[in-house]
Amino acid sequence: MPALDRDDIAHLARLSRLQLTDSELDQYGGQLDVILSAVARVAEVAADDVPPTTHAVPVVNVARPDVIVPCLAREDVLAGAPAAEDDRFRVPRILDQEEQ
Amino acid sequence: MSDLTLLGAAETAAVIASGEVSARDVASAHLDRIEQTDAAVHAFLHVDRDFTLAQAGAVDQARSDGAALGALAGVPLALKDVFTMKGAPTTCGSKILEGWRPPYDSTVVERLKAGGIVVLGKTNMDEFAMGSSTENSAYGVTRNPWNLDRIPGGSSGGSSAAVAARQAPLAIGTDTGGSIRQPAAVTGIVGVKPTYGGVSRYGLVAFSSSLDQGGPLARSVLDAALLHEVIAGHDPRDATSIEAPVPPVVAAARGELGGVAGMKVGIVAQLQGEGYQPGVQARFAEVVELLTALGAEVVEVSCPSFDYALPAYYLIAPSECSSNLARFDGMRYGLRAGDDGENGVEQVMAITRAAGFGPEVKRRIMLGTYALSAGYYDAYYGQAQKVRTLIRRDFESAYAKVDVLLSPTTPTVAFPIGERADDPIAMYKADLATLPSSLYGGPAMSLPAGLGDDDLPVGVQLMAAVQRDEQVYRVGAVLEATLQQRWGGSLLDRVPELATGGAA
Repeated sequence: MPALDRDDIAHLARLSRLQLTDSELDQYGGQLDVILSAVARVAEVAADDVPPTTHAVPVVNVARPDVIVPCLAREDVLAGAPAAEDDRFRVPRILDQEEQ
Repeated sequence: MSDLTLLGAAETAAVIASGEVSARDVASAHLDRIEQTDAAVHAFLHVDRDFTLAQAGAVDQARSDGAALGALAGVPLALKDVFTMKGAPTTCGSKILEGWRPPYDSTVVERLKAGGIVVLGKTNMDEFAMGSSTENSAYGVTRNPWNLDRIPGGSSGGSSAAVAARQAPLAIGTDTGGSIRQPAAVTGIVGVKPTYGGVSRYGLVAFSSSLDQGGPLARSVLDAALLHEVIAGHDPRDATSIEAPVPPVVAAARGELGGVAGMKVGIVAQLQGEGYQPGVQARFAEVVELLTALGAEVVEVSCPSFDYALPAYYLIAPSECSSNLARFDGMRYGLRAGDDGENGVEQVMAITRAAGFGPEVKRRIMLGTYALSAGYYDAYYGQAQKVRTLIRRDFESAYAKVDVLLSPTTPTVAFPIGERADDPIAMYKADLATLPSSLYGGPAMSLPAGLGDDDLPVGVQLMAAVQRDEQVYRVGAVLEATLQQRWGGSLLDRVPELATGGAA
């Protein structure tokens, strides 16, 4: 198993949308290496012809009756939002400066 | 009436139904007990006296109006802070949801309300249910009422501590890899993970969707069964909810399905011996002897794939967690950090998540992100799912031969707070015996078996086939009755009296 270097951890943190400090990158890097080498043991099991289990109790194509039911009230939902404006969630700009 | 906090749930329901006391009196006694003891234990994150007394008052009113009430009407309960409930915050033990008030009730809460059960408050937990000690809460540790320097288990540690400390006769927890059973074991109470899909996950904030399952914590097998029956059953709002009748858990707990004579009990070879403390092994051996004396046929069964349950679990659960927790992006609920007008949305998300999540959650998100990434998926997540199939096959072939499986619940008694905080692998080993049935999906109960090392509680685990939840209650009730006869009462009678002071 390849050991994770600093760039790998920084890449993982970016994919995970976590802005980590340099000391956090070092700390998690070491720990993730230890955990990954422990869980990599699953590879020892010969399971080429074994199908995967995705759910404990298999269920397929669960559908509900096609009936309209009321949704949550807008004011109740927006009451829990970090920022709201004009009856909507207010979000930071979604495009980079150069894309605008 | 003597101290109402000494009564179990069934007894409490009986004294309320008889008119001897009101639901309000009972709620009040437990609120007082919380006020007196929670500075020491810290089981609760949120208690609102008026909110609780209003629920109790409504039950009393319904009774005087002659309404038909549930078997647990008026009985107080501690709710793990991972279930949404209108009128109270839901934090999941995380800063990222600090102060969030959900706009809807979870199905579990709807059913508790319909049953007239009175919610005392929200209990502490490892952040997003990731942990085995409740030390991963952003709101401080919960302490074990048996010894305040020890962990109460996790992730449902606030719920287990509340029941053991007589703050509540009942609690709701959730179990993904052992988070109901392990806390029950280390606090000397009963905890049940129902069959996956038995209790609705609607309004249960998701950690690992293919494993998460809500269930009861209580002071007796019957109390757990009564609560199980209230919260279980099909829910169209949870697509993985089982559309079938709830197994007859209450009848089983009352002995109506018979005792253990003639039943076949399997001892799992892979879940004993090395790594299990001497006191744990001794109590386990006594339970095996007891079952034999009661007429059960005890045989050893081998489940070789169980040796790979821990690595498979720590790939599957973090993978699902990394996907589920993507919803905490600081846009629609909870914390938002770094929104200074300059930062774009991606930066705000990354700053918010770094500020809002604790170390264990960050570790698991990154671990899951890695396991799911291109090039590693087959070796990690894909292979773990195949191991899951092998574990299921081990269970299926075992249940072709025996009715229930038996093991210790945890390898050790409650460990000291802080002992494993910086060693994730040591922490993960607390769930060694509980992980297999989580991956399989079958029901499992932890039941007090006596005291082990350092005079702390030891639990034994009973496991059964999918949708055969009644089997663990049937065997559990017989074991409990026999053990309590031997002890001269409940194990919880031996919890040291807690210093009672004002709330912190």
